[in-house]
Amino acid sequence: MGAYVVRRLFFSVFVLWGAVTIIFVVLRLVPGDPAYIMLGPDADQAQVDALRAQLGLDHSLAQQYVTYLTNVVHLDFGQSFRLSTDSMTLVMQRVPATIQLASTALLLSLLIGLPLGVIAALKANTWLDRTISVFSLLGQSTPSFWLGIVMILVFARNLQVLPSSGSGSWAHLVLPTVTLALPFLAILVRLTRSGLLEVVHEGYVQTARAKGLAEGGVILVHALRNALIPIVTVVGLQFGALLGGTVIVETVFAWPGVGRLLIDSISRRDYGVVQAAILLVATIFVLINLLVDLLYGFLDPRVRLAGDR
Amino acid sequence: MTATDDPTVIPAGQSPAAALLDVRDLRVEFSTSAGPVTAVDGASFEVRPGETVALLGESGSGKSVTAQAILGIVPKPAGRVTGGSIEYAGRDLLAPGTAGSLRGREIAMVFQDPLSSLNPVFRVGAQIGEMFRKHRGASRKQARAEALDLMRRVGIPAAEKRLDDYPHQFSGGMRQRVMIAMALALSPKLLIADEPTTALDVTVQAQIMQLLARLQAEEGMSLVLITHDLGVVADVADRVVMMYAGRVVETGPIREVYDHSAHPYTAGLMGSVPVIDGPRQRLTPIQGSPPDLLHLPSGCSFRPRCQYAGTICAEQEPPLLPAPGRMPGHQSACHHADQVLSQGAPHV
Amino acid sequence: MTSTELDLTTTTPLATPVTARKSRAGTARIRFGLIVIAVYVVAAAIGPWLIDFDSVATRTADRLKPPGSRLSDGSLAIFGTDQVGQDLLAQMLQGARISIAVGLATLLLAGTIGVTVGIAAGYFGGWLDGVLMRLADIQLAFPSILLAIFIAALLGPSVVNVVIVLAVSNWVTFARVARGQALATRRREFVDASRTLGAGTWRLIRRCVLPASVAPVLVVATVEIGHVILAEASLSFLGLGTPASTPSWGVTIANGRNYLADAWWISTVPGIALAFLVISLGVLGDALRDRYDPRLRSL
Repeated sequence: MGAYVVRRLFFSVFVLWGAVTIIFVVLRLVPGDPAYIMLGPDADQAQVDALRAQLGLDHSLAQQYVTYLTNVVHLDFGQSFRLSTDSMTLVMQRVPATIQLASTALLLSLLIGLPLGVIAALKANTWLDRTISVFSLLGQSTPSFWLGIVMILVFARNLQVLPSSGSGSWAHLVLPTVTLALPFLAILVRLTRSGLLEVVHEGYVQTARAKGLAEGGVILVHALRNALIPIVTVVGLQFGALLGGTVIVETVFAWPGVGRLLIDSISRRDYGVVQAAILLVATIFVLINLLVDLLYGFLDPRVRLAGDR
Repeated sequence: MTATDDPTVIPAGQSPAAALLDVRDLRVEFSTSAGPVTAVDGASFEVRPGETVALLGESGSGKSVTAQAILGIVPKPAGRVTGGSIEYAGRDLLAPGTAGSLRGREIAMVFQDPLSSLNPVFRVGAQIGEMFRKHRGASRKQARAEALDLMRRVGIPAAEKRLDDYPHQFSGGMRQRVMIAMALALSPKLLIADEPTTALDVTVQAQIMQLLARLQAEEGMSLVLITHDLGVVADVADRVVMMYAGRVVETGPIREVYDHSAHPYTAGLMGSVPVIDGPRQRLTPIQGSPPDLLHLPSGCSFRPRCQYAGTICAEQEPPLLPAPGRMPGHQSACHHADQVLSQGAPHV
Repeated sequence: MTSTELDLTTTTPLATPVTARKSRAGTARIRFGLIVIAVYVVAAAIGPWLIDFDSVATRTADRLKPPGSRLSDGSLAIFGTDQVGQDLLAQMLQGARISIAVGLATLLLAGTIGVTVGIAAGYFGGWLDGVLMRLADIQLAFPSILLAIFIAALLGPSVVNVVIVLAVSNWVTFARVARGQALATRRREFVDASRTLGAGTWRLIRRCVLPASVAPVLVVATVEIGHVILAEASLSFLGLGTPASTPSWGVTIANGRNYLADAWWISTVPGIALAFLVISLGVLGDALRDRYDPRLRSL
């Protein structure tokens, strides 16, 4: 297990370095002086000079890269131009709201998606399975920004049972959570169904039946445990889409999280905050995937023990 | 060991009431998109207490499906039992819930491929111990001790170390020993082994068969050995049930059937087996290809491949009847059994 | 004693109908998907000629008319009008054109980059494969919409930029599939045979590796185009995709947000059109994948 953890940790650091580098490269690849682009046309020369100095634009590209990496390691993304606060601090203040939204959406998806997927697999090719599959297809194909708007229309404007935007109470959490969870939930249903259908014909499931275990135990212990192994990996990758989705959902519902700050900062051309926000979300995603990889090792002894033998 | 010199075996031909397992006219159908397929078509045989019965036949002959039907684990919804009866110690195994309540406790099964048959994500000790935990309500510790005991009994070296290993860390032969340990956990009265050695190395095959034979003698249980391999069962089985295209075509004490085949399919198999200690001679393979269950011929299924086939074979399905002039209990489903017998044993 | 064995495992008669069963699977789904998509494509191609749409025209008299209203010029607004009196149907037909064009252009660009990278990595292997695939890993470990948002924010909203942004965040899937095919083909005997006969690298790639990649890449393209169209609409909704002056679906839905209380249809109707197109593409992509390449299921 030890070697496996070290390998995964190393990969996570590598990916984060890659993400930082991509941001650096993209900033330099975009035509024009990064300082001008980042400050916009209405910036005065003093601001531009200050930013040029901070970015080290008068140095060689290699030196700029080193400076950039050093700054990132110190979580230094400069001052926010408009709010005169440290960019990273500004982003960190928004993190709890985003984590609250993302984790409730994740929880909701797991609580509904997994059982629905199991039911669909057990009742494969019946009307129940087809209904669940259609629901799952709808969930995956519905644009979430549109779904959010329609839900505001129905539940906030017409029925007036839930607040349309903002935060503060559990009622504020309902619509954003459902909107964010739906595509993820739909994918989970689909993965669980196909994953379970793939393993129910495996020998060990037949063995479990031959051992005289109750059908519930056969499916939930022997089959689902194996079906979860590939599901966990895809869920980890899809969590990135869920994090990306927070940007849209937070914008639609005026939820005060990192995603909304990101969009607001883009329109204010506050690129220090933009970089900080993107790197922070990328870090969360990488950490989640590290967790998923460790969980994968825990679920599949063949992976966990491969490095130790 | 043969039927005649084993005192624990009730002589062939005794009343079926003495049977531990009694399969009568079993029919199992599978629905495929190409149409319904009758995988088992009126198979009948019995297994007596302490007896080893070999269920012989090629792939698709219905032998594995018969085993699934006995345990009540025919894959649903594609397959279902459509006729006949299976009685175990006087209880109707086809009645709802009966097979489920006996599975694992009274009737156990060992499958062909021990790697895919063991759950890759659980430790072998836990998989064996599960039998005690689920059926006997044993504590984790008790189950572990019982599992350790079983692993020793099936000859797994350093069992206490290997208890916490996963299936992929075992060799093929050791995995099959784990499967056998699991099947034996609750001292079943009937063990069904479906091709238990097919997936193993030749050298390991003999060890596993010896282990099964030893455990069968120790436990006094009945053993149904499902195989396509004549050689595997020759030394351990008391009786043979030969299946072809879902039907029983010949049955009887093993030496009797081997030496005096009364069905052309059995006789053909004997002719295609090389005899190591016999005189050098040409092998005669069976003509034609295995039956297509979707398009079975009328009358006798073996007819297209049979040198004895006549008009009656196309018109009438041959019933399973006592082989003319042979030992009691030797039965054959062939219109021309007397001719097959008069050709003599293919080898001595 | 018969101490010998005999192998009777020649064929499994039961296996034949099982494999035969799958080959026709999904015909209905493929037909459904193709028909719906054809309707969208035709509507996008000729619709804007049939119903005029002038993006700068404002007709205050016809503002926020509900679906089915008669407009001041006597025409019927089936889906109603928006906040400046524009016919919503005309706007949506124009939007269909943008969405489909952006989707196709993105796939073309992402596919070209991805297939080139994938085949290079798979065919030549070695350090090139290592570097390119680590790059792909990094990108997969980075939420693609975030990358798109970042690049779009720097480039500013324009149709061309949307295509670039989405291609950059979607090439990896194509690269992985093409690489897998290149790896598989490279080891096949006929490739070895051609090489022995003196075929050059470029010829081998063009005649052996590339053709083998076409089918799976097309399947992936069908699955991906729905995602791309959805991503384009999302970016446009956030103000980072097509410019606010273009009537793309995302922009129209975003505009309608401010009029939810008075004119629900502005946001709702284009969203339904968008969802239905994406669903049809999803159905078609899944059916094609199931039929031609079930191994791609994890994508």
